[in-house]
Amino acid sequence: MSALGRVVRSGVGRRRVQTLVVALATLMAVASAVVAGSLMVASSAPFDHAFARQHGPHLIAQVDGAKASTGQLAATGHVPGVTASAGPYDTAVINAQDPNGMRMPELTVAGRATPGGALDDLTLDSGRWAAKPGEIVLPTGFPPEIFPLGSSLRIQGGPVLTVVGRAQSVSESADAWVTPGQISALRVAGAPVTVEMFYRFASAGTKARLTADRATLAAALPPGALLGTRSYLDTKLSADGESAPFVPFLMAFGVLGLVMSVIIVSSVVSGAVGASLRRIGILKAVGFTPGQVVRAYVAQALVPAGVGVVLGVVLGNLLALPLLSDAEQVYGSAGLSVAWWVDLAVPAVALGVVVIAALVPALRAGRLRTVEAIAIGRAPSTGRGQWAHRAVGRLPLPRAVTLGLASPFARPVRTAAMLAAVVFGTAAATFAVGLASSLNAVAAAQHPDAATPVIVLAGGLGPPAPGGPPPRISAADGARIRSAIQAQPGTESYYGTAFTQVTVPGLTGSIQAQLYQGDSRPGAYEMIAGHWFTGAGQAVVPTHFLDVTGTRVGDSVTVVDQGVSVRLRIVGEAFDPGADGMRLHTDVSSFASVKEGIPVDAYNVVLKPGVSAVDYIEKVNAVLRPLGAQAVPNQDSGGSLLVVLEAMAALLTLMLVAVAGLGVLNSVMLDTRERVHDLGVCKAIGMSPRQTVTMVLASVVGVGVAGGIIGVPVGVALHDYILPVMGHAAGTRLTPRIVSVYHALELVLLGLGGVAIAVLGATLPAGWAAKARTAAALRTE
Amino acid sequence: MGNLIALDRTTKGYGAGAPALGPLTFTVEPGEALAVTGPSGSGKSTLLNLVAGLDKPTAGTVTVDGLRIDQLGEHALARFRRERIGMVFQFFNLLDDLTVADNILLPAQLAGMPRAKAAARTSELMETLGIEDHAGAYPGRLSGGERQRVAVARALVNRPALLLADEPTGALDTTSGRDVRELLIDLHRGGQTIVLVTHDLALAEACASRTVHLVDGHVAFDQTAEVAR
Ligand SMILES: Nc1ncnc2c1ncn2[C@@H]1O[C@H](COP(=O)(O)OP(=O)(O)OP(=O)(O)O)[C@@H](O)[C@H]1O
Ligand SMILES: [Mg+2]
Repeated sequence: MSALGRVVRSGVGRRRVQTLVVALATLMAVASAVVAGSLMVASSAPFDHAFARQHGPHLIAQVDGAKASTGQLAATGHVPGVTASAGPYDTAVINAQDPNGMRMPELTVAGRATPGGALDDLTLDSGRWAAKPGEIVLPTGFPPEIFPLGSSLRIQGGPVLTVVGRAQSVSESADAWVTPGQISALRVAGAPVTVEMFYRFASAGTKARLTADRATLAAALPPGALLGTRSYLDTKLSADGESAPFVPFLMAFGVLGLVMSVIIVSSVVSGAVGASLRRIGILKAVGFTPGQVVRAYVAQALVPAGVGVVLGVVLGNLLALPLLSDAEQVYGSAGLSVAWWVDLAVPAVALGVVVIAALVPALRAGRLRTVEAIAIGRAPSTGRGQWAHRAVGRLPLPRAVTLGLASPFARPVRTAAMLAAVVFGTAAATFAVGLASSLNAVAAAQHPDAATPVIVLAGGLGPPAPGGPPPRISAADGARIRSAIQAQPGTESYYGTAFTQVTVPGLTGSIQAQLYQGDSRPGAYEMIAGHWFTGAGQAVVPTHFLDVTGTRVGDSVTVVDQGVSVRLRIVGEAFDPGADGMRLHTDVSSFASVKEGIPVDAYNVVLKPGVSAVDYIEKVNAVLRPLGAQAVPNQDSGGSLLVVLEAMAALLTLMLVAVAGLGVLNSVMLDTRERVHDLGVCKAIGMSPRQTVTMVLASVVGVGVAGGIIGVPVGVALHDYILPVMGHAAGTRLTPRIVSVYHALELVLLGLGGVAIAVLGATLPAGWAAKARTAAALRTE
Repeated sequence: MGNLIALDRTTKGYGAGAPALGPLTFTVEPGEALAVTGPSGSGKSTLLNLVAGLDKPTAGTVTVDGLRIDQLGEHALARFRRERIGMVFQFFNLLDDLTVADNILLPAQLAGMPRAKAAARTSELMETLGIEDHAGAYPGRLSGGERQRVAVARALVNRPALLLADEPTGALDTTSGRDVRELLIDLHRGGQTIVLVTHDLALAEACASRTVHLVDGHVAFDQTAEVAR
């Protein structure tokens, strides 16, 4: 082994705690960065690739064909900022029936002669393109067992079409395609003549840019011609799926971890340099060059950091697996794994950071003059802590305590490093506690009907008659069920619900509308802005709906159900990320004009206080069964993603807190080792073991308190910053109940956590200090 | 009360081989000033550490002021040290971050002496030892002789039964050394029991009422000076 190798090995071996601390800090940082990075790649890669391959448009515009001529549409391709355009393609909204005669969600059909094009270059996955009227190409995701190639699709009030192929538009420009000549036959009488145009722009990176682009387009068209637009960012958002909200959260932990490793590594290496100035002097005296000294000290950090990085990559990959498998389900693309370059880039960056953090103190060691190094070897520089001793010595506290309290000021740099470790540990714990509360609030907000322990199912219980529509609840049956619930002792209140699929002019595909009958306030979603609807004609929508439709609370929207337009005024923005963040809530009477009315098929029941749900269900079912209805307990299925997220937050926090504790341990240990002689003197003049422990612990309490006072607000600020970003990634704004989760008492306890981290980290060295043999310590003179 | 220090077949060894000290048996009476002399490595410091309770004998007993200190636990030893003995070292061992007054006060504070009483005792000692002008100064700025007087003051603040000094003049020039010698003589005249380790025979002769000479851990001679106090 070379001389350098020996020095490094003995350095690593002698400083076991420091070695462990560096390894753990890098492990933690690398693991969370790998998870964050791989998830970010995995969640956006499939969409990004497909979007690039198909030359996806930045904006899909739905235009009223009656208001804009083909010439005017073609001219929009030359509007400044537009780099490419395609279209116009005629579109129609169809109501198809499945082979059982069940009504299916509305489909937007576009007329296209070929799958290819300058933009939205479709991928034909099977079969062939529609060549003549009477043929239709369905999307790849459509269940093939119901509609195999060659099967027929019946359109309500229209022709029967033969399925000839399957294609996919990553931009979701349409749900199905026919020949251009077929469209007019599919349009419901009275429906607007819509055409779609595709555009790419010179600048389209952000929502704000796209809004500006959209405004340019609207101005280039006749007034009112632009019915709606869909941006690729919205499409990407729903494609990136459930894992997108994880990314900012993991990034936060990754950054915390990285900053933590920088603090730990630089403090450990500068501590090692500071504590072995004499050794450095001797190394130089026996002929080490400055370069060799620098390398020796950088290597002492790199060896454990290397181990931490390798283990961190392994742990990161393991942690990423459950999240990636979730992402797989979203894309249906099997075998998503951590991108190989993430596994290379993260360790490379981490090692680079370690080298730089270690280099600064190592260079100091390299520059140190030999004589100086040997001369100043052990003597602690005097003077810096004197004023602190003067100030603290006056406090009416036991002397051992005041001696300890003053000691951090003698070593300001080391104290700062210790403080940083405690601040980060406390901030991480605060962040994680807040995150857990927020996630619980999210889970609660997603199931506002949790206040209704019983649900009465009123329809769709019997099998559908072959070939015919499913059985419907008659209005008379509905009234009988309602009076049965009303009459049942134990019923506090109840409201009915129904679901229907509606289209919004300008949007592709259909969205879900949830309709309420009666007093729906017990089941109301938490509001972000505005209020829950109070009557017919009012609607409450989630954030994403507002974003996609470009509307605001107070605006009106028109939705179409079975060809009937219903105009609704948006009175509130609710937190409802379910149903792709596009679910609309309104009173059932808003849809009274729809042909047959929409049947209320479920009732949520609020029970009187003290009434057991089980008893209630048993009793009410005796009355309901003859009516074809049934009461069941309302159980919501907890989100497994929330569980994963909470477990991961707990794990990452534990690691951060442990590393923070080890950082304190490291600092206090260096300090104790350096002051072993002073400790010997104190013991020789009668300091008891208990007083020694008290003194060492008191030396960190100040740091702990300061760390708590700084760390808690940092954690709260981080939480309050990250949460809306997570919400944004999930396409929703958040309610105050989700964001403002901290209680005063909780904050005080978390602040005390800083003290706990500091005291725990110092306990071990304090014990060593108390046990250190006095005679031996005094001999070191 | 009898002996202040009683060693009975006291032995201290480090690892295998012949012990570094003893077995030794001798006693020290209250009011004696004992000088322990001998060549380097003869076991003088080892002996002092045993008497101070900083180290434990490998065999035999150490009794100081009626206490079997070889049997005491760490806590009791700390109490013993701060109440019954004071130590002075060759290299002063003052705490550089504390002022002269705070250094002297420290053992009194550790012992829980009331603040006013400790402060009075400190100024009294500083006056006696001629360092009252340096009360607010830091040890780093004092001369060696002054520092050693501060160390002596610190050793005496709790009125110990026994003052232990290991080469108190070893790091001082002739003049400062003479100062410290006068101080020790004065203390001895005042009735303070002193155990003084030195290989300065002149110092031993000047201020000790008795000299024990160690060679290889054994007493080579034990001589009581004719010069009475
Ligand atoms: N902690 C220890 N471990 C091993 N050996 C020790 C230890 N302390 C002292 N010794 C040995 O015990 C012997 C006596 O040492 P001691 O320090 O008592 O000598 P001394 O008479 O005080 O010498 P000096 O005049 O140089 O101070 C020496 O041989 C020394 O090497
Ligand atoms: Mg000695």
